[in-house]
Amino acid sequence: MSLISPLLFLILVPLVAAGFIMLGLHARKTALVAAIANLVFTGVLLFNYSIATGGYQFESSMPMPVIAGLGIFFTLGADGLSLLLLLLTAIVTLAAVVVTRTPEKNGSWFYACLLFISAGGMGAFASIDLFFFYMFHELALIPTFLLIGIWGTGDRQAAAWKATIYLALGSFILLLGLIGLFLMQPDGMRTFDLRQIILMSENGYLPQGHWVYLLLLLGFGILVSLFPFHTWAPQAYASAPPPAAMLHAGVLKKFGLYGLLRIAAPIFPESIAAFSNLLLIALVGNILYVGYVTIAQRKLDTMLGYSSVMHMGYIFLGFAAMTNLSLTGAALMLFAHGLSIAALFALSGELRERTGTLDFAELGGLGKQMPKFGLLFGFAAFAAIGLPGFVGFAGELLIFFGSFVAGVPTMMSIEGREIFRLNNFQIATFCAVWGVVISAVYMLRAYRKIFFGPMNDRWAGLSDIAGSPRFAIVSLIVIMLLTGFLPQLLIKLIQTASI
Amino acid sequence: MSTLTAPWIILSAPLAAAVLILLFGRFSRPLSAGLAIGSAAIGCVLSWWLFVQPDPAVSLQFPWIVMEDLVVPIGVTIDGLSKVMLVVVTTIATLVFTYSLGYMRTEEGYWRYFAGLALFLFSMLGIVLADNFVMMFIFWELVGLSSYILIGHYFKKDSAADACKQAFIVNRVGDFGFLLGILFLWAGTGTLMFSELTTTGIAEFAANPFYLAVACVLIFCGTVGKSAQMPLHVWLPNSMEGPTPVSSLLHAATMVAAGVYMLARIFPILESAPAAMDVIAWVGGITCFAAALMATQQDDIKRILAYSTISQLGYMVLGIASASTADVSMFHLFTHAFFKCLLFLCAGSVIVGMHHEQNIWKMGALKNKMPFTFLATLAGGLALAGCPFFSGYYSKDLIIAWAVVNHPFLGWLSVITAGLTAFYTFRLIFVVFLGKPKSEHAMHAHESPAVMVIPLGLLAVAAVIAGYPFIESRFFHVLEPTHVPHVLHPVLLVLFAAGVLGAYLLYGRAEKDPVSIPFFANRLYIDNLYAWMVKYVQDGGAAVLSWADRWVVDLFIVQVPSKLTWATGFVLRFLQIGNIQAYTFFFGAGVVGILYLMIFR
Repeated sequence: MSLISPLLFLILVPLVAAGFIMLGLHARKTALVAAIANLVFTGVLLFNYSIATGGYQFESSMPMPVIAGLGIFFTLGADGLSLLLLLLTAIVTLAAVVVTRTPEKNGSWFYACLLFISAGGMGAFASIDLFFFYMFHELALIPTFLLIGIWGTGDRQAAAWKATIYLALGSFILLLGLIGLFLMQPDGMRTFDLRQIILMSENGYLPQGHWVYLLLLLGFGILVSLFPFHTWAPQAYASAPPPAAMLHAGVLKKFGLYGLLRIAAPIFPESIAAFSNLLLIALVGNILYVGYVTIAQRKLDTMLGYSSVMHMGYIFLGFAAMTNLSLTGAALMLFAHGLSIAALFALSGELRERTGTLDFAELGGLGKQMPKFGLLFGFAAFAAIGLPGFVGFAGELLIFFGSFVAGVPTMMSIEGREIFRLNNFQIATFCAVWGVVISAVYMLRAYRKIFFGPMNDRWAGLSDIAGSPRFAIVSLIVIMLLTGFLPQLLIKLIQTASI
Repeated sequence: MSTLTAPWIILSAPLAAAVLILLFGRFSRPLSAGLAIGSAAIGCVLSWWLFVQPDPAVSLQFPWIVMEDLVVPIGVTIDGLSKVMLVVVTTIATLVFTYSLGYMRTEEGYWRYFAGLALFLFSMLGIVLADNFVMMFIFWELVGLSSYILIGHYFKKDSAADACKQAFIVNRVGDFGFLLGILFLWAGTGTLMFSELTTTGIAEFAANPFYLAVACVLIFCGTVGKSAQMPLHVWLPNSMEGPTPVSSLLHAATMVAAGVYMLARIFPILESAPAAMDVIAWVGGITCFAAALMATQQDDIKRILAYSTISQLGYMVLGIASASTADVSMFHLFTHAFFKCLLFLCAGSVIVGMHHEQNIWKMGALKNKMPFTFLATLAGGLALAGCPFFSGYYSKDLIIAWAVVNHPFLGWLSVITAGLTAFYTFRLIFVVFLGKPKSEHAMHAHESPAVMVIPLGLLAVAAVIAGYPFIESRFFHVLEPTHVPHVLHPVLLVLFAAGVLGAYLLYGRAEKDPVSIPFFANRLYIDNLYAWMVKYVQDGGAAVLSWADRWVVDLFIVQVPSKLTWATGFVLRFLQIGNIQAYTFFFGAGVVGILYLMIFR
């Protein structure tokens, strides 16, 4: 354990860059340099992480507690799961900075906000101490609200306020849960260090904590748009500038599920089992109910927002089933969905930039005018609906396989009589597999309405996608393909975490 | 070259071609076509070479996902079944790719077309070679994608844009069952490998016959989607919106047969689930009959052939459920691949000659204008109709014999279907090639170029001889059923003759269709039913839910708590807290304060 973890740089680089931008350095160039540096640095860390050893590495802790007596230390560390999310953060940050069109109004502040979000995500995923885990996420939410409220489109202020207040409420409930987690520890041993809490739990020092789990589930659930707490998301994403939507839907929203995998899964397995039916109903709501709501959407941005909400249902299923397969699948989906939704929001932003509208009724036939745009959108759309070859398919597959064998087996034969009954996890798996059909319906409809059919003359002058945005989106797609061909690499990485 | 590496070269050549065309194809039309045809030709040569080699004892595998019980390698199976299929797929692909040079020479989107074909060939070969269920499912979805790309080739046309979307979604409905079936089998046995499932795996279900039957029926859903069996057959006729070579290769000869191939691959499992076999038999038998009925009243040359394909696939599915060996259906798959591919390429030749007119009632008297095409169509038509000494006669009558023995009702239904087949086939031939020209284009039709006619000739030879016993015995080990009713073969011959004669009497000189049965012409109204369901049940339901999401869920679960929180904030505003940064700062400070109070109270 050293004083300074290399992970600290991942947090400091964007913060310092944001500081320089506010002091007057060229905003776009500085942001690009910081994002590239962080991506390279994450790569170096991944390369140096020893999968054979596993567990947390690059650990560090300030020797002095931040708040005396509360056991809060600034402790950093990363295992395979954290590194995967750090990598996601680095990739999406760079993509978001690259596709940003510097706004005329306070352009440099825009980049600073993006970097603040990135720093918050990095900090949350690199924290072992739960207090900092929470605070870094809060840090990242503030610039998100600013981005929506100042540079958003449509009814941006209402959307920003709604999301702000609702997410603050979710954070507050989450905070109560974390305080509960702290208080349920035996007096004198209380700490916010996740490793020690898990150790206590394994050794039986923690009492049963149903209500703490429920607070965590509700708090994290609101942040991840668990049904029925989801309606803030589509409106916020529709109003947000594309880079903000990319960073929030791609990275920040993963915080809640990451928290559930990290904290709830190892500490509250009994509570998760006890309330599994409740969660299964909610997540089936995400998949089926929100899935059908997605079908009814008439604009690309709200459709993507809802589709992102729907996909959270799969990850919740992986979490609820609590098998090794399904949890690994959930982690893989965090990564896969982050990349695909980032690519889709980037494309939808590029489209709005050209056409000024995302209404399906006004678009159509653009494939002829913008073949490369259409091709890239096709790749991203098929990645989002879990086509094999993309990493999302591997994630969905692991979740389905894991959840199908979860819970108590109900199919057996007793004295030659066969009993055929599906348990609730299997029923939820049925629903989730049907979700694959639903997602094909809304995604292919959107694709057909935007790119196929006869073209309105009004779009005859549109320019095809080119330059740096094209490069960013191609890179996202290539990463999804490479990891989709070789998911075993990521699975090995995720297996190093004790989830 | 060894039998270990050859399958990998066969598999990866088209993928490499697809990627290269995607990257560089737009710069050169010959490059696109050359890469695609080259990859198919390499596969063809190696497949025939592999066919005459002994089966390798071991095979190479790469771990794709290996975690606990879930072991999913990417590996190949080389056995009698896959070797036959490799030969069929690569040979027909090479011919169709070559034919495309002629058919597509004036079309735009040339590189997109050939990239799609190469991607399709890669995916199809993946299905053929797969040694486990998940690998098959992966490629199963990828043929769905390539089918989507190719049906949507003319994406500026609304009909093509709708057709490709429908094809993909309907296939996903089938895949919904397929994936669940895979989950059932895996949960029951802990393995996904075909080699283990078909041998030791079956024993795991000795005490759970119902479980196994459910699993098999779910897996069969995959076939229902991909092989266009009822009730998921609607996408195949609409897929005729794609270029005709695509209809020939994907939607007649190879891709739609993948469902039957999959059933053949897991035949030992199906055999131990008789209840599932009954379901399969009924689906196949009814599809075979109903699709033939629909085929008798279609006016679009490609749609007639599409319904015929559905009907013939129904025969194969029925054959799987009736015969004691999967080779019976594979034999029909083999002959059907040649003669149906031929018929589609002939249709393509007619369509090119007719300046892209597809309505048979605008054709007529093409016999003299397009003699090669006419002869080839005749060969294919006779094979399809089951004329003695043509390939279809051998394979189809074998399936019918097995069906009559083991499922008498469905068997005799399929006998009647054989008569209908002869009728609709010769209806097409008489209306298109005989009689008088029924339009301006028909008067000035011309024969197609050599690059199109030569594949027709080769396929015509195959369509005639592919069923002869000396060929059949090299590829398959089929068995004749015992106790076949003696009247069966005479009845089949009479029905064939009656079908041809009936078609001649009705259509030999007809200027327009003398028969009108709206129930058949409107495809039994199944498409209308689905359109109604999509519009009112799915979209209507979705609209209601969307409304509820906006005005119920949002209002009560998000707005109200938000407003309450906001009201609290409003009160706090009187305490000099005005902006968001300060709000957040105090929020953070409050957190610390609450913590402090809770610990040190």
